[in-house]
Amino acid sequence: MSAEALGPKEVLKTIDYKPVKRSWLELTVEFRKGTYLYTPPRKLLDYLGLPNPRKWLPSEKDWQLPENWRQIILEGMKDRLSKYRSFQLFLDICVRCGACADKCPFFIGSGDPKNMPVLRTELLRSVYRKYFTTSGKLFGKLAGARELTEDVVKEWFYYFYQCTECRRCSVFCVYGIDTCEITMMARELLNSLGCGVNWIVDPAAKCYRLGNHLGLPPHGFKGVIDTAIEDIREITGIKVEVSLNRKGAEVLFVVPSADYFASPHWFTFLGYLMLFHEIGLDYTFSTYASEGGNFGFFHSAELAKRLNAKMYAEAKRLKVKWILGGECGHMWRVLHQYMDTYNGPADFLEEPVSPITGTKFENAKSTKMVHICEFTADLIYHNKLKLEPSRNDRWKVTFHDSCNMTRAVGLFEEPRYIIKNVCNYFYEMPENTIKERTFCCGSGSGIGADEHLEVRLRGGFPRANAVKYVRERYGVNLLACICAIDKATLPPLLQYWVPGVEVAGVHELVGNALVMKGEKPRVTDLRFQPLKGEEGEGDV
Amino acid sequence: MKVLYSLLAVIVLVLVAYVGVGLLGLHSLFGVMIPYAAGAVFIVGLVYRVLKWAKAPVPFHIPTVCGQQKSLPWIKANNIESPHNTWGVIARLALEVLLFRSLFRNERVELRRSEKLIFGGNKYLWLGGLAFHWCLFIILFRHLIYFMEPVPSVVLFVQDMDGIFEFAVPTLFLTDLVILIALTYLFLRRVIYSQIRYISLSSDYFAVLLILGVVISGVLIRLFYKVDIAAVKELAMGVISFRPTVPEGISLLFYIKLFLVSTLVAYFPFSKLVHGAGILLSPTRNLKNNSRMRRHINPWDYPVKVHTYEKYEEEFREAMKEAGLPLEKEN
Ligand code: SF4
Ligand code: SF4
Repeated sequence: MSAEALGPKEVLKTIDYKPVKRSWLELTVEFRKGTYLYTPPRKLLDYLGLPNPRKWLPSEKDWQLPENWRQIILEGMKDRLSKYRSFQLFLDICVRCGACADKCPFFIGSGDPKNMPVLRTELLRSVYRKYFTTSGKLFGKLAGARELTEDVVKEWFYYFYQCTECRRCSVFCVYGIDTCEITMMARELLNSLGCGVNWIVDPAAKCYRLGNHLGLPPHGFKGVIDTAIEDIREITGIKVEVSLNRKGAEVLFVVPSADYFASPHWFTFLGYLMLFHEIGLDYTFSTYASEGGNFGFFHSAELAKRLNAKMYAEAKRLKVKWILGGECGHMWRVLHQYMDTYNGPADFLEEPVSPITGTKFENAKSTKMVHICEFTADLIYHNKLKLEPSRNDRWKVTFHDSCNMTRAVGLFEEPRYIIKNVCNYFYEMPENTIKERTFCCGSGSGIGADEHLEVRLRGGFPRANAVKYVRERYGVNLLACICAIDKATLPPLLQYWVPGVEVAGVHELVGNALVMKGEKPRVTDLRFQPLKGEEGEGDV
Repeated sequence: MKVLYSLLAVIVLVLVAYVGVGLLGLHSLFGVMIPYAAGAVFIVGLVYRVLKWAKAPVPFHIPTVCGQQKSLPWIKANNIESPHNTWGVIARLALEVLLFRSLFRNERVELRRSEKLIFGGNKYLWLGGLAFHWCLFIILFRHLIYFMEPVPSVVLFVQDMDGIFEFAVPTLFLTDLVILIALTYLFLRRVIYSQIRYISLSSDYFAVLLILGVVISGVLIRLFYKVDIAAVKELAMGVISFRPTVPEGISLLFYIKLFLVSTLVAYFPFSKLVHGAGILLSPTRNLKNNSRMRRHINPWDYPVKVHTYEKYEEEFREAMKEAGLPLEKEN
């Protein structure tokens, strides 16, 4: 009974928030199609030098764990307990008050009690009690402790890939217990057994070798840029200049690779290039650091750091002054909270200053990396852009806060300010579902693979439900967002739950509204769709 | 089952004290030795716990941000939910500790007619939890009259305020009443709500029941068995000044209560009850959202293997040349 086969109505009927009778300790998982991720081929693990490569599948009975698997896990736990206060503390202080229980999109979309953040953590905590606490050793099951068995490992694999590390649970917990931290630790432990996920390891390996997740080689990147230049020329009559790997540019611009490869990201990409042309920004792309995102982050801190290293290395080599980053959620989680720690200090760069407005980005004075929405909002505030919001009039827009942009960065108002300046129709979703309480897309943290569709549709249900609300109420037909994973995974999600709502990046809307010097009268938007009022006219 | 085990455990504790003091007359064991031992376990255990947490490093800067960051000067930053300076952190933690800020956000999700998600307010847990903790604090404070001579006037004042309803119900403190209601609620929600029941462990029930046992025995002592306050105070003062005496005339019920308290105190550092000590150390709450302004250092950072630009260019030099991309080395 996969969700794809069932319609939305039937899927919702399967959701029951009342837990089953049997204790969760007695339930083992069943790997049903649509609910688990495929495993990476050996050669990728070998290429990255990751441990215990082998051929296996979660649905098989024998996972061919390395002989000393139990020892690997227990030693791995011990090691991490001494390295991460979050891990130690969050395992110790939960009072099982249940406040986090119905806050997780995966629980809301599935009703599976093990998707309550508290139980997700308990899957690991029970093992912690058994091997690392006195009461667990003494009282065993009574104290909520259990043996580490192969079934437990399988359960971890299943449930720690049904968590998008979105941190919504952590907003509601009085102690700030962040299940994301636990999920990260659990995934590191699983990966130490070679129990990884292809949808994470494959992009990571590509990014390591080629510079981006999608595996585009340098000359391919050049080709893509040429296409973008051509598209813009067709729409606006203007030929924009874009440089690659150029030394001495003021700014290095880094975007998630999906922006120049996938749809609807592409239109956002056009928007960036048009904006930079219009303001005359002295910037360059890098083919070596052609990825802003970081799928290593969904694997382990070490792999995250290895991939992230390229950005500063390249900024140094190209002798730029500072770095500007495109629209992407997990990319910014890493850039905002981890990059400086991983690979800083970036003392070879300068504190970022907008060359157009002179604004100092004080909030980025150590990492030297500015978010494109901060940059653009500042331009608009200083009246540096000529905007024609009516060009977006075919859209009734709502804004989806990406989990990482809000709960890691706190970027709430910048994108809203931009949208309100480039669109005439903007409607917020209900407040329980936006800003710090936003629901994630259900596909982040490397679980957005096609084979995982049922989990994704369920995890994305709360988000889609809020979109449905504004669609019914205001006729919303466009969801704007600033995350590459959102742009990739929300279209099928919305198609399933609320057909008729499309997805766009904020800078696509900027590109539409931007009045460029010397442009020809626009008849289409960046999607080559006729502008409102232009339908039926001309030869479109 | 879990409830039953926990209830049994508390009953056994009561019986132990009953047999020990009531039948065997081990007054000094239960009045002095066990409380001393429990106190020692509490202090050592708590220090050990907190040191262990404090010693564990915070390698990455991971506050859970719940408000607008400080960025452009014309955008209003939220210094409490996304603190950018120390005052913000202090305010955030204070709101959390004193008012359970995050729990106040609590809401209940319901799937109506298998179609619409409804978010209902759900403040009972917040109210129950807050009432319990504040009452506990006031009650502990009140108990200082047994440990101080002369009794500070503020303690007496609190006691008077707390006893404001004494004219209606003699010798019943307001806090006693409220804490009983709050604890009963906290216990019942674990039994009644299926989700909470599902996640509860025996130790969760045990903790509530044990505290309930302490409160009930305390109330009973006040209501039905007139205690000899002077005698209790003599015992208490003796214990804390390390010149313990066991005065006559202290009721059996008092010893039962004391034994429950001792168990609670000794159990505290090893159970989830230590959460109170942990909250201030929680890295998602006590860090500023300033990680792009100031570099956070990971004390165990180590160098990792990376794929350098040189290797990259090595592999793609020909193709890059053909595409007209600038190179470091021409051949
Ligand atoms: S809200 Fe926090 S303390 Fe309560 S059950 Fe969830 S993780 Fe545990
Ligand atoms: S981080 Fe998000 S997905 Fe993971 S348990 Fe918490 S709420 Fe659920």
